[in-house]
Amino acid sequence: MTTRLPRKDVVIVGLGWTGSIMAIELARAGLSVVAIERGPWRDTATDFNIGTAPDELRYAVRQEIFLKPRQETLTARNNLTQTALPIRQWGSFLPGHGVGGAGNHWNGQTWRFLPDDFRIRSRLVERYGEKFLPADHQIQDWGVSYDELEPYYDQFEYLCGISGKAGNLRGQLQPGGNPFEGPRRREFPTPALPQTYAETLFSKATSDLGLHPFPRPSATLSTGYTNTYGCQLAPCTMCGFCERFGCANYSKSSPQTCVLPALMREPNFEARTECEVTRVSLTPDGKHATGVVYIDAKGQEFEQPADLVLLCAYGLFNVRLLLLSGIGKPYDPKTGEGTVGRNYAYQSSGSAQGFFDNARFNPFAASGSIATTADDYNGDNFDHAPHGFVGGASITCGASNARPILYHPTPPGTPTWGSKWKQAVQDNFLSTTGCGAQGSVMSYRGNYLDLDPTYKDPLGRPLMRMTFDYQDNERKLSAFMAERCGGIMKAMGARQVVTNKISGPWNVVPYQTTHNTGGAVMGADPKTSVLNRYLQSWDVSNVFVTGASAFPQNHGYNPTGTVGALTYWAVAAIKERYLKSPGALVPT
Amino acid sequence: MTGTTRRGLLSATAIIAFAEAASAKTYTGTMPWSPNYADPAQIVTPGGWKFFTDVEAQAVDAILARLIPTDQLGLGAKDTGGTVFIDRQLAGPYGGHDWLYMQGPFPANPLPQQGLQSPVTPRDQYRQGLKALDAYCSANLAGRNFAALGPDEQDLVLTGLQKGEIKLDGRDARGFFNRLLTNAQEGFFADPIHGGNQGMAGWKLVGFPGVRYDYRDVIANPNKPYTLPPVSLQGRAEWESGR
Repeated sequence: MTTRLPRKDVVIVGLGWTGSIMAIELARAGLSVVAIERGPWRDTATDFNIGTAPDELRYAVRQEIFLKPRQETLTARNNLTQTALPIRQWGSFLPGHGVGGAGNHWNGQTWRFLPDDFRIRSRLVERYGEKFLPADHQIQDWGVSYDELEPYYDQFEYLCGISGKAGNLRGQLQPGGNPFEGPRRREFPTPALPQTYAETLFSKATSDLGLHPFPRPSATLSTGYTNTYGCQLAPCTMCGFCERFGCANYSKSSPQTCVLPALMREPNFEARTECEVTRVSLTPDGKHATGVVYIDAKGQEFEQPADLVLLCAYGLFNVRLLLLSGIGKPYDPKTGEGTVGRNYAYQSSGSAQGFFDNARFNPFAASGSIATTADDYNGDNFDHAPHGFVGGASITCGASNARPILYHPTPPGTPTWGSKWKQAVQDNFLSTTGCGAQGSVMSYRGNYLDLDPTYKDPLGRPLMRMTFDYQDNERKLSAFMAERCGGIMKAMGARQVVTNKISGPWNVVPYQTTHNTGGAVMGADPKTSVLNRYLQSWDVSNVFVTGASAFPQNHGYNPTGTVGALTYWAVAAIKERYLKSPGALVPT
Repeated sequence: MTGTTRRGLLSATAIIAFAEAASAKTYTGTMPWSPNYADPAQIVTPGGWKFFTDVEAQAVDAILARLIPTDQLGLGAKDTGGTVFIDRQLAGPYGGHDWLYMQGPFPANPLPQQGLQSPVTPRDQYRQGLKALDAYCSANLAGRNFAALGPDEQDLVLTGLQKGEIKLDGRDARGFFNRLLTNAQEGFFADPIHGGNQGMAGWKLVGFPGVRYDYRDVIANPNKPYTLPPVSLQGRAEWESGR
């Protein structure tokens, strides 16, 4: 039996970065807001206590704070000819869980996408012609411009207190910053982090090669900071336990450090944890959402009526909830029709590891985002015509940690056990470094998300099926970037350099990145997007969907900065326009 | 499970404004927080076996002594609690794949890039694998089990397993070998609270200072040796002896 609860103005699914921002902005606008979160409450002092948090086995290896695959996972295959099988154990990516979501365990690398990224298709066609685009691509413009998003990037960065150095202030290039970035209205909230020893070698090497190194924007802060909601953060101590961990030190921007302390003081906000939303409920004609249905930890079912439904789960799970709720038309790769699940993308990579003599990199002293980057090969910052691929990558030198279970580099050919292995591990642990390219992945007809026909979650609902492989365009990009990384590492003085590029099919086992994008993309055309430019569903106008699921393809940076900017952009449209006149913000 | 108690405590102390019908945790008006509370890991103490039999533990001791040997560089996995570590891991959620998606069907021929697709848990893998290893040694090496072999013979057997040249129960044993090696390294490099890496031997080998949690001075002094000894989540033995 379903218990019907009293109506709220707004119901939010998922209390991570985007859900908490939506919640505080709308609660402060006077609305009654409930956030429904399937994981537990998480708090710095208790869950990420300094006496328990830095535990590599527990958090990084056994993955304690992540979603348990037993609760929900996806099935995976490379293409339509294969049978998808469940990802039984996380590998390639690690979805977050609980209050704070992936905002707890991220590294804090907080980028703005390049201005041209938002109009990538137009730009590529203008510069190279339609024929230059890869086969079966579905690359499309975002429907929103960098200039429109700039105030909201700024808002998210000042929420987080991001440490960095501007490269472009209102059109004026700034020494020491990224000359390729879009114009910023003002400097970063806090100064850039200092450089590690490896970064100083990288800076010199890349400068000598004619590139333009700059400090990576970081949500592990260089100094104390009080944010726009009055929440206080402490300087990062470079403990080396960021990615896969909650920060015990209040130094990493997260919903816990930046939003929740203020949000919880809003009397018209309520969080309900350990409740799994099973679907968005709709009117019989399917055109209006009436709220959500969820199941609590005891298996009891509730209906939460609300005027406005905001899907703020991890992007992949937003897409699944749309599919399970029957909002929008599922994408069919055979006909190319439908939109929900369309344009799933990921991140490409290429890297080089350098083994050095007589160097003490001390890589254990690190944060998730302390690094130096060069953007010369990102986006369309270089001429692609000679190289036969589109897209680009940020090339970065920055070890986020040296936790020894998962990090104990040895040169190729070293035995994997025994005394020779021990000797090699000892010789190379402190004297190895690397640089890596984080690259774009374009959208393609055959890379998509839908519901699996065979495998179910414990509630009996179909798992989502991910059909994905790296295409030739991304393989060329990866090889190009790996070669550049190798050149940089040689210039840094490595004794031995090992390069890595994408080879073989996409594999669910080795960790790659938790930058899953697309599936509920934004855009200007309802035939090729699920959401309009304000993240509002084209089909059900009182449903908005945040997260990287809105990216029409993925670019050469981490997604969170853009996810945060889009959230502030969408909530501004809700507050300034939607609440005054509910309905479609863009005519269809 | 510590989390259950803790969540109960939280919901009792949080200000609950609404939804008496719901058994979910509801938070409003304040940060739910209890002073002096953390969510500690179980601290492993040696003594007895939670999963292994004595015979199995002897075999694991012998395997660890070869995978990460005690040598001139310092103590190895067997001599720093590695077997206790693996035993406790197997007895816990890891050993039964408790957190993983284990619903069928399990296909006969999954693609390698689709990862784990077997219903066999680590506990099953050790129980069956160790038995089959001793059976193999007994049948092929003069009636001796693995632990009774000399070091060079043991290395030959382990190499054979790793390369897939030695089958156990007629089946490829590379998966079993890989799990042994992974678990050996986990124990050797994990915080000592989990049972292995006693004396922080693994951390001393490589120069990892552990969980000091503040390395700003390292960044400020580039390319210099770090000279302070490592610290675990339980501090250092020297702190205890000084009290």
